[in-house]
Amino acid sequence: MIRSEILREIAPILRDHLVVCNIGLPSQELHMIDDQPTNFYMLGTMGLSSSIGLGLALSQPKTVISIDGDGSVLTNLGTLPTIANNVADNFILLIIDNGSYGSTGDQPTYAGKKTKLEAVAAACGCENVVTCQDVDTGKALQAALDSKKMTVIVSKCDSGNIKLPVITMDPVVIKDRFMKAVAS
Amino acid sequence: MNIDKKIADDLVANGVSFVTTVPCKQLAGVIEEVEARDEIFHIPANKEDEGMGLCAGAHMGGKRPMIIMQNTAIGVTINTLATLTQFYRMPLPMLISYRGELREPVACQVEMAVHTKALLAQLNIPTYHFHWQKDVEEFDNILKYTFMCNKPVAILTDANFWGGYGDQ
Repeated sequence: MIRSEILREIAPILRDHLVVCNIGLPSQELHMIDDQPTNFYMLGTMGLSSSIGLGLALSQPKTVISIDGDGSVLTNLGTLPTIANNVADNFILLIIDNGSYGSTGDQPTYAGKKTKLEAVAAACGCENVVTCQDVDTGKALQAALDSKKMTVIVSKCDSGNIKLPVITMDPVVIKDRFMKAVAS
Repeated sequence: MNIDKKIADDLVANGVSFVTTVPCKQLAGVIEEVEARDEIFHIPANKEDEGMGLCAGAHMGGKRPMIIMQNTAIGVTINTLATLTQFYRMPLPMLISYRGELREPVACQVEMAVHTKALLAQLNIPTYHFHWQKDVEEFDNILKYTFMCNKPVAILTDANFWGGYGDQ
């Protein structure tokens, strides 16, 4: 499976929760598959999906799922110790690990070579780290939600992209809509 | 006047309850004071752009955030300030130790100090410079201004403000 197929499969689970979605194609795909006021789309700032999600989870009680990529986690590796040391049981970090920088032309990442993000997360002190194959992402995500424990999921999938338009929604509209959903 | 306590008092009085920090020797006292306050959740960050991401999430979760960092961080965070904090119109007071200014003992710090105000000006970030201890009296107004206008706002605090470096 490629990332957009995973997103399509887990969209019914995501719909009921606050979602912070990574810059570029992941946000464009989620926006096309199932646009919801509970989705926060990142239009810039590679690497900060997990940080925004953690800050949000620590600041209010609803469950937050940050959708990240292996390349984006690598660009902000400092996020993993911060997550590990500031446990928010309403936070799930879902790393869709396709071993490539998908939005920029599928250049390989180090996660697609020797580096294992699940081992990095565990070494950073994250207590619940789950590795799964693409087809099992929905099952892993639901299990993490049911556990009510902060969880890092690394979902291994194929690299590959679909053609789709950019998000033209104004950032302030995205944020305003999202904040109203957070507060509702 | 204890400026560390005054800053923390103003944070609490303005409802700032989520503070991320990347340390600096000059900021040690205020970071300790923030950590000690029950009203403030203190979350150290490993890098300042990560800290701004945490603050963005806290803001959307209904909290008033702040970041405490060195001016060297301006070099690290320009993209985050432009494409996250400013693009989505998020308030962010930035209490910044202004290294490389008067009474600085480390020459390398001057290399970023000479760019600091120019970079902030280029980003159209409202910028205040605390040089005398009495300048801290403006802090309360700056916090109110930041949460009124939903912008990142810089408060540069130099070595003279913090009382120098002692015997260094």
